[in-house]
Order: sequence, then structure tokens, then C-alpha cells
Amino acid sequence: MILTSFKTVGEAMQIPPTIFPKKFLTDAYSSIVTALPFGRVYLNTIISTVVTTVVQVLFCSMAAYAFARIEFPFKNAIFVLVLSVLMVPGQIFLIPQYRIVQSLGLLDTIPALFLPNLFSAFGTFLLRQFFMSLPKELEEAALLDGCNRFQIFRRIMLPLTKAGIVSLVIFTAKFAWNDFMWPLIVNTSMDKMTLGPALSTLQGQYTTKYPMQMAGAVMAVILIIVLFFIFQMVICCSRGKYSQEVVEGLIGKRN
Amino acid sequence: MAEGKSKTGVVKKRASKREKKDWIAAYIFIAPVTLGLLVFYIWPFIQNIWFSFNEVSKFNVATFCGLANYQKLFHDGEVLRTFGNTLKYVVVTVPVGLFLSILIAALLNSKIKGTSLYRTLYFLPSVTMAAAVAMVWKWIYNEKMGILNSAIRALGGKGIGWLTDPKIALYSVMIVGLWMSVGYNMIILLAGMQGISKSYYEAAQIDGAGPIQLFFKVTIPLLTPTIFFVMITSIISGFQVFDVIYMMIGKTNPAYANTQTVVMLFYRQAFDYGYKGYAAAISILIFAVIMLVTVIQMIGQKNG
Repeated sequence: MILTSFKTVGEAMQIPPTIFPKKFLTDAYSSIVTALPFGRVYLNTIISTVVTTVVQVLFCSMAAYAFARIEFPFKNAIFVLVLSVLMVPGQIFLIPQYRIVQSLGLLDTIPALFLPNLFSAFGTFLLRQFFMSLPKELEEAALLDGCNRFQIFRRIMLPLTKAGIVSLVIFTAKFAWNDFMWPLIVNTSMDKMTLGPALSTLQGQYTTKYPMQMAGAVMAVILIIVLFFIFQMVICCSRGKYSQEVVEGLIGKRN
Repeated sequence: MAEGKSKTGVVKKRASKREKKDWIAAYIFIAPVTLGLLVFYIWPFIQNIWFSFNEVSKFNVATFCGLANYQKLFHDGEVLRTFGNTLKYVVVTVPVGLFLSILIAALLNSKIKGTSLYRTLYFLPSVTMAAAVAMVWKWIYNEKMGILNSAIRALGGKGIGWLTDPKIALYSVMIVGLWMSVGYNMIILLAGMQGISKSYYEAAQIDGAGPIQLFFKVTIPLLTPTIFFVMITSIISGFQVFDVIYMMIGKTNPAYANTQTVVMLFYRQAFDYGYKGYAAAISILIFAVIMLVTVIQMIGQKNG
């Protein structure tokens, strides 16, 4: 029973395209585009997701490598500082973050959408685990061959932690795409909004127009689902071992 | 080795030079994340604590007011009520979610056809946007024309106000929350199950254990760390539920008071009403509760 309840709901997500007659459907989609600056909102979400993911993964992998593999003064103290961020629920930061964005004069702008999300304690911690699992000998050999740390990072370590990077990319992209409260707080005008809060406005304005709401919902999830499938194919087809590693990555490699 | 030792002086000097180079490289590597976290997370954390002792006006002028916010907090019926709702949400969704995800993971772990298809199907809800999911569910739950009530009516029953009945609305929201989280937790548990070595099962089977015994005597005990992980993350995310409720229950909904969670209260106070100092105090309270839960569980796990 539970199984079927899940399945029907899973199918229910896909119901709008099948249950309504074709004409009705296109109507809903075209009216949504005119009701909201939908293209703009879509673009904003894509920009915010791409920037967040790329920058966060880059920064996190750099820091993670240093924390995992290089000895330097105050390393443990700084790492504890990073970890402490992980333990605190996100709401704690919101009000001061809002004020920082405000004082930078960035309220209601596109950069406001992703600014605090560029830095992640979670990502740093996750990738550090991956770097630590690599054999030390590789790096020592490279050092003897005269590579500097940056070369080692880019040429040797980064390619070897693909599984970790992939899991962080999935995690971050999903998070950025679906983020709700932060855009709702910092941005107010519709053309600076991302999909989540935009849907909430849509729902508020067109309470009874369900086909239109569903059209919005479908458009909001479709891209991330496609992305998910692509990643899944990459993960499953390239190497069998990958998927296991990625899943382990997602749960933070606890053991 | 002996040759190496005779040259230690030279090696040491070189090493320290390399060490210093390493230090510089390391600091360059960690600089972006560390500075970013300092500016956008650690400093805000300190600031937030300070704000909780202040009254912060719309124009961001903070005036110290001592413990006034906290006094208000403990005498505010709304805080109590929202905490009650949140607690209800956590107490129901965590065990039910854990049960469902272990069950499904166990089923998928046995060799049934089309496992990967099911896995994908179950995982999909957790990658989709909560706002979109909430919208679809709101439509399903709709009192007059939702498919749930139409089905009930077709079977001869009476329609139910899934989202408007104050007694039911929170449970309706819980179902959506579960629907979104079970798949993800299931994947984690499944990975844990697949990590259990087959030899344990073989040994137990030789000793004459049936499939049910295998599950309770082998799978569950060996899966405990993963279950524990899923439980903690579910409790923490349960305490922070926001998107779905924000989308599904409007301010004019008769069930509004019965479905508001602490994070909702925090959001309304800070960004709707503009009482940022008070909201900061609320967020500290959320933090304290989550910390408490985590510590209790850590102790529980150590003893268990």
C-alpha cells in the first residue's frame, strides 16, 4: 500500500502533461510566461546555481586539500573553526547575513542570491575526507619530481577525487536550485527572484488556476531532474565503483 | 638509512625551506573558504548572539535591552505553540520516516526486478524543489477539486479539509515531508546495507537463521551507525522545516496556528514584522534545542 501510494504520487508529479488535453496545456504554459517574468526567473536560478556550485566546489576542494595533506601552523584550530559552522542551524546566520548584504548595497540583486553560499564548511569537510583517503606516496613522489603544491593539487589530487567532487556538485546544485528562504529574504522584485519563491507568488496570485500552477511546478523541477539523470548516467556508466563512492560521499563517509 | 642520517643537516635545512613554502601554499589554499566563513558565518553567529540582547529597529539600529527578548520568549504563547507543533512534527516524522526507509531499503536490497528503477523513483522526490512539491500536494489535497477528495467521494466518503482542518493539517504536511525525505534516507540506508559483508549472512544462514532473523540479528545491528546518522539528520531537518509549510499553509488558513513551526515564527518575526532582535533570540533557542538533542543522542549512542 505504501509502495503504491508513493508510486501514484510519483506519477502524479507527471500528471499535468498527460491528464490535460494538449491545447489546455500549452495555454497554461504560455499564461505562466506572461504572468511572471518566467524566463528571467529561470535564468536567475540557473545563474545562481551555476555560480554557487562552481565557486563553492573550487574553494572547498582547495581548502580541503590543504587541511587533509599539508602541515601548517594553526591547522587544527582553523579546522575546528570551520567545523563549528557545521553544527549551527542556518537560521542563526540569516539576520546578520541579511545586514551584511544590505550594507554592501546588494539587497535585491542577483549576487545577493549566492553570496553567502559560495563558502561551505560542509563541502570542505566532505572533500577533506576524500583527499585523506588517497595514498600519501603519490604526493611524495610528485614532490620529489619537483612539483609544487599547486601542480600537485591540479594535476594529481583533483583528478583522483572525482567521486567526491561529483557528490559535492550534486549536493550543492540541488541545494542552490531549491533554496527557498534566502532568496525570499534578500530579494523582493520578481525579476531578481529564483524559482522557489516565484512559485509561491504564483500560487498566491492565481489561487484557483491549477493547470498554471502545475505548469510552473513542472518547469521548476524538470531541469534539476534532467541534471540528476545525466549525473546518474555518468556515475553508473563510467565506472561501477563510482556510484558507491558517491553515495558514501553524500552521507559524509562516516566510518 | 645510514647514508640519509649522515646528511641530516642538509636534509633538515631543505625540509624547513620546503615547509615554509608549504605553509604559504596552504594558507593560499584555505584563504577563500576561511575568510568567507569568517565573514558570512562566524562573525554573523557572534553578531546574532549580540542581537538577541538588543532591540533591532527597521533601520538596523540596535539598542541594548538586556534579557528582555528572552523574557518575552518564555512568556510568549506563540513560541510555546510553535515549539509544540515542531516537536509533534519531529516525533511523528522521524520514527515513521526511519521505519519506512529501512523497510524500503531492505526490500530493494533483496533481489527484486527493476531495483535501479525503483531506486531512482524513490530518490526523485528528494531532488525536486520543496516549493514545487508543496504546490502539487496542495492541489492533491484541495478540498473541493483535489484528487484525494475526489477519490474519497467516488468511494462514497465525505471530503476532508486536508489542509484547512486544524486537527488534520499538520499531519497532511507531515506526509509531504515524509514523501520528500524517505527516498534520500532510503538511499543512505541502502548503501549501508550493501556495505555489510556477505560472509555474515552466510555464517548466520549456516547456523539456521531465517530471512526475518537475518534482518533483525544481522542487518539491523550492523546498520546501527547508518541508522543513527539518518536519525540525527532527520531530527535536525525536522526542527528546521519551513518551505513546505510556508507554501502550503497561508496566513488566512484556519489551520494556520496549528501548523506554524519555530522556523516559521523566526522568519515572520525577523522579516515580516521586523523584530530582528526578538527573532535572533528565537534562533538561539532553536540552536540550543538542536544542540541538546544532538548531545543526548551522542550520549545515548555511546552507552548503547
